[in-house]
Amino acid sequence: MPTIFIDGQELQVNDGENILEACLNAGMDLPYFCWHPAMGSIGSCRQCALVQYQNEDDTRGRIIMGCMTPVTEGARFSLNAENATEFREAVVESLMLNHPHDCPVCAEGGECHLQDMTVMVGHRDRRYTGKKNTYRNQYLGPLIHHEMNRCITCYRCERYYKDYAGGTDLGAQASHDHLYFGRHEEGLLESEFSGNLVEVCPTGVFTDKPFLKQYSRKWDLQSAPSICTGCAVGCNIAPGERYGNLKRVHNRYNHDVNGYFLCDRGRFGSGYVNSEARLDYAGIKKSDGSFMAVHQQQALDTAANWMQGKKVAAIGSPRASVESNYLLRELVGAENFAAGFSDTEAKLMASVSQILQTTKAVNPSIKQIEAADAILVFGEDVTNTAPRVALALRQSVRNKSFELAEQMGLPQWQDAAVRNLAQDQLSPMLIVSAMDTRLDDVASQCISLAPDQIAEFGVAIVEAMAGEPTSNTQANEIAQILQCAKNPLVISGTSMQHWGIINSAVAIAESLCGKKSSCMLSLCVPESNSIGSALLAGDMSQPLSHLVESAPEVLLVMENDLHRRLSAQQMQQLMGEGTQVISLDMLENPTLGASDMVLPAASYAESQGSLVNMEGRVQRYFPVFQPANERMPSWQWLLKIAAATGHKSLSKLEHFDDVVAACEKNHAQFDGLAIAAPDNSFRDRGLKIPRQTHRYSGRTAMNAGVNVHEPQQPHDTESPLAYSMEGLNRDQPASLTPYVWSPGWNSNQSLQKFQSEVDGPLKGGTAGQRLIISTAKGATKKSENSTTDMQPHQWQLVPVYRVHGSEELSVNTDEIAELAGHSFVALGEVVAEKLGVVEGDGAIVASGDIEVSLEVKILQRVAKNCIGFAAGYTETMAFQAGSLASLTKDKKWQRREPQLIASDKTIPDPMISTGGSARV
Amino acid sequence: MLSELRTMWEIFKHSFTKADTVQYPEEMPYLAPRYRGRIVLTRDPDGEERCVACNLCAAVCPVDCIALQKDTREDGTWYPEFFRINFSRCIMCGMCEEACPTYAIQLTPDFEMCEYDRQNMVYEKENLLINGVGKYPEYNFYRVSGMQTAFKDKGEGPNEARPIDTKSLLP
Repeated sequence: MPTIFIDGQELQVNDGENILEACLNAGMDLPYFCWHPAMGSIGSCRQCALVQYQNEDDTRGRIIMGCMTPVTEGARFSLNAENATEFREAVVESLMLNHPHDCPVCAEGGECHLQDMTVMVGHRDRRYTGKKNTYRNQYLGPLIHHEMNRCITCYRCERYYKDYAGGTDLGAQASHDHLYFGRHEEGLLESEFSGNLVEVCPTGVFTDKPFLKQYSRKWDLQSAPSICTGCAVGCNIAPGERYGNLKRVHNRYNHDVNGYFLCDRGRFGSGYVNSEARLDYAGIKKSDGSFMAVHQQQALDTAANWMQGKKVAAIGSPRASVESNYLLRELVGAENFAAGFSDTEAKLMASVSQILQTTKAVNPSIKQIEAADAILVFGEDVTNTAPRVALALRQSVRNKSFELAEQMGLPQWQDAAVRNLAQDQLSPMLIVSAMDTRLDDVASQCISLAPDQIAEFGVAIVEAMAGEPTSNTQANEIAQILQCAKNPLVISGTSMQHWGIINSAVAIAESLCGKKSSCMLSLCVPESNSIGSALLAGDMSQPLSHLVESAPEVLLVMENDLHRRLSAQQMQQLMGEGTQVISLDMLENPTLGASDMVLPAASYAESQGSLVNMEGRVQRYFPVFQPANERMPSWQWLLKIAAATGHKSLSKLEHFDDVVAACEKNHAQFDGLAIAAPDNSFRDRGLKIPRQTHRYSGRTAMNAGVNVHEPQQPHDTESPLAYSMEGLNRDQPASLTPYVWSPGWNSNQSLQKFQSEVDGPLKGGTAGQRLIISTAKGATKKSENSTTDMQPHQWQLVPVYRVHGSEELSVNTDEIAELAGHSFVALGEVVAEKLGVVEGDGAIVASGDIEVSLEVKILQRVAKNCIGFAAGYTETMAFQAGSLASLTKDKKWQRREPQLIASDKTIPDPMISTGGSARV
Repeated sequence: MLSELRTMWEIFKHSFTKADTVQYPEEMPYLAPRYRGRIVLTRDPDGEERCVACNLCAAVCPVDCIALQKDTREDGTWYPEFFRINFSRCIMCGMCEEACPTYAIQLTPDFEMCEYDRQNMVYEKENLLINGVGKYPEYNFYRVSGMQTAFKDKGEGPNEARPIDTKSLLP
C-alpha cells in the first residue's frame, strides 16, 4: 500500500487506484462529474483537479486531474491549494454558462450532482453576460424524459449507454459547444437498461418520465429497502412513496448483486402497485356471480366456517415470499399443498434446486459473473429472462481488454485507453440458442439449434472435452475455448422448459470442473422466489395436476394466477362445482374472478418477506408504506385465518419474526433466513431506521384536507424500520438502507459515503444471506433426452421472452404495457418467405385444439423447424413449449398501424416567433 | 425616594401624550406591504398561476404546514395539482416566500383569520390563489427558464441563443 500526502496529511492508499478514488476513500470531498465507479475515468470534465508537488520543497506544484493520476509512493498533493480550488470553481462556472435557470421545474432538483458540486466549489454568480445555448429535446419513449438544455457534456450517458450497456441508439452529435446527446431521430430508446441513464446523468437531461407524471422531491419520498420482484435476479431496490402512491423505484446498491444498475422492468415495472385494478376489500361471490364487499372480520369468519372439517388444499406461489408460502403449507399440511408451479415448472425447479445444492461448479453472484473470461450461454435469452445478468455478461466479455491492459501495465480504470488498446477484442462468448438473443452482438459465435438439439449439442461438447472423438466440429471448438479459459461460466435456465438443456449445461460445467479448479454455473429461473418455493417444496413437491385430481372441498390460492399455469379444462375441474375457492391476490385476474371469496393482498411495496434469488441468496424486503383500505400482507391474512380456524401451531404465531423463526426451525434448508436482515428488535442508537428523510415536508398539511387534527405516525410493529423521520440513516446493516444521503451530497453519488471503499461493499456489509451452499458432490446426471418426431409442415413451438410483456405483474403498468405491445409469432426468414408473409402480417398458429391468429415478427436467426411464440402474453398463454404447431397465413389479417412515434410536444413546430404575451 | 417621584412624574406626563393604540376594528392600523400575514398564491403578468410546484416552500417550512402535489400542463409546464396550507400551524415566518423561486407564494398584510372551527384554517389552492401579481409585477418564471412552453419556444427567452443545429459543421 503506497503512502501519499494530501495537504500534508499522510494517507495509506490502495495500490493501483487513482487519486480521486483515494480522496473519496479518505472521506474528502473532491468534486467530479465524468468519473463513475463502474465506468472508470476518461478525464473529460476537468472537475477533479488537485495540485501535485514534485517533492517536499516544491511550493508551486502543477494542476493534475485526480481521476487520471495513479497514486504513487510518496506522492504529494493538495486539495485545498488556492489554484486548485480556483480551477475547480472556474470549471463549474464554465459548465454553468449554458445551464438553464430551470431547477424549480427539473426532476433532478434536490438530488442533482451538478447542484451539489456547484455548492461544493462555491460558485455563485454567472459573470459571463452572453446568451445561453438552447437545444431541441427528443421524444425517447414512455420511460425517459429528455431536456437537453441542462447538459454539461460529461459524456457519462453515452459511455454508459453504448460502452457499458451495449446500446446503439444514443450518442454524441455535433461538435464544440454544440454537443448534443440523443438519438439520430426521435423514438424509443432500444436498450433494456435505458432507465439507468436517470441515475447516471449528473444533472437533469435524462429523467424518469413515469415519476415526472406524479413527481415528488427526493426528500419527500418515504423509502424502504426492497427487492425487485420482476425476475429471479433479486436486484436491490429503493422504492419511494408519497400520498399513498408508489412514486418511483431507484437502485439500491448491493455489491454482489445489482451494483449500480437495474433493468427497465425493475425500475419502471412497479406502476401496478397504484393500479385501479388493485383489490381494496374482501369479497364474497353472490349467486349472480358478482362480488359483495365484506368487512375483514366477516371474511375471516366465513373462511373459517367454510374450512371447518373440510378437505382443504392450498396453492402457493413462486412470486410470494418464503414466509407466506411457509404459512400456507403449514395451514393445510404438506400433503395438501402445491407450491404453485405448473407440472413442467415443478419438475424443472426440483432439479434446479437439487443441482444447485450438489454441483461442483460455483454458483456465481453477478459480481462473479462479471469476472468470467469465457461464457457459454446455453439455450437462454438472458437479456429477456434475467436482464441484470445480461448486463453483467456484457462486462465479462471485456475481461479480454483488462487482460491486455494488465500486460501493458494500464490500470483498469483508464477506460478510454483500455478500450483503445483492445479495440473490438472481446472475451469469448458462445451462444447456443433456438433464436436471436439480445447478446448476439457481443458473442463470438452464435449457434441456432432446436431445444432438443441444444441438449444433444451439450452432450457432444462434454464428449469433446473428455477427449472422445466427435464429428461435431463446432462442439470441439467450443470445448477447446472453454477448456482454455481460466474462469469459464456456463449459463442456462428454465426458459426453454426443457430438462435436457439444463442437464447438458450441468454436464458441461461439471466436466470443466474436473479439469479446472473453478467453473461457474448459473441457472436462470422464472420468478422472484422460484428457488425459495422449490426449497420449501423439497422432493414432496405436489404438481398442480395432482391437486386437480384430488378434488379438494376448499381451495386456498395465494398470489397465483392459475390461468398462467393450467389449461382451461384443468381450471374448470379445479375451480368448478363442489370446490369453494378462496383467493388471495392483489390485482384482478381470471383466477380471482372464478373464486368464491377474494381477499385483498398487499403488494411487495406494502409488505415484508424474504425472496430467494437464482444464486440461492435470501434477501428481505420491507414495506415502503402501509397498505390502504383493507389490504393486508399475505402472511398476515394467513395468520388471521389460522387463528380463526384455531390452527394448533400457527395460532401461536403473532409477528413476522415469529414466522421467520418457525420457518427456520422447521426447515433446515432455510437455515440463515433469520439473519438475512435484522429483526424487529433492531435499534440504532435507540431508534429504528427512519423511512423518511430528515427534510420530509408537509406533515401537518398532508392530511389536513381530510381532518386538521393530525393522526399519529403509524407504528411499525413488524420491522426494524419506522414510518418516521426520527433516527439516523447511517452505519446500519446493508439490508436496512432505505435511501442514500450525506451532508453536501444530495444526489445518488452520496452512495460513496455508504461504501466501505470506492466500488466496494456497503459499510454495513452485503445485504442478503446465501442459503444454498453446494455440497460439491457433483450433480447427478440423468441421461433421458427426449427427441420430438417432426412431421412435414409442422414446427416446434419455442417460447420467446420479452423484458416488457412476459412478466405477469409489471405488464399491469401503463408504460410497460405500451412497450409490451401485442403478442406475436416469431419466424425465420425462410419460413416467412415460404409462407408468403412479411413482418406485421398475420399467421394462424394451431397447436392441439388451440388456434390463434398472431402478428408475424421476423427474426434473423431461427433454428430449423422452430417457430417462436410470445411467452407470458394472454393470447399465447395456452401454448406449450416444445409442442408441435402448424402454420398458415391469415388472409383476413388486418395490419396494425405501425406505432407512431408519440411526442411530448403538443405545440406545432415552427413556433410562434414573436416573444409577445400571446398564448396558444 | 427621588427615583419614585421621578417615576410618578414620568407616568403623569404620559396622560397628555397621543395614544398609539387604535380602536381596532373600527379603526384599522397601518400595515406595511411586506408585513407577514396571510399567505397567498399570485399569478404572473399573463394571468397564469405562478406556482410551479417545485416544493421548496414545503421543504423550508419549519412547521411543515405546506403540502402540494406537482402536475403537468399539456405543454410540459408544471403547476400544483393541489396546494394546501394549514394556517392553524403556520407561524407566519415568511420563509416560504424567501424560498420561492417564482415569487408565487407571498405573505400579505392581512392577519384577520380567526375561525371557530380549526378545520376552516386549512386553505386549499382555490382559497390561496389571488387574481394579481402581488409584490413583483413583472416576473414570469417560464419566460426566463429556458423551457419550451406553449407561449415561448426555445431560444426566445431574453438571454437565450436560437436552438443549435446538430448537423452544422460551422465553428
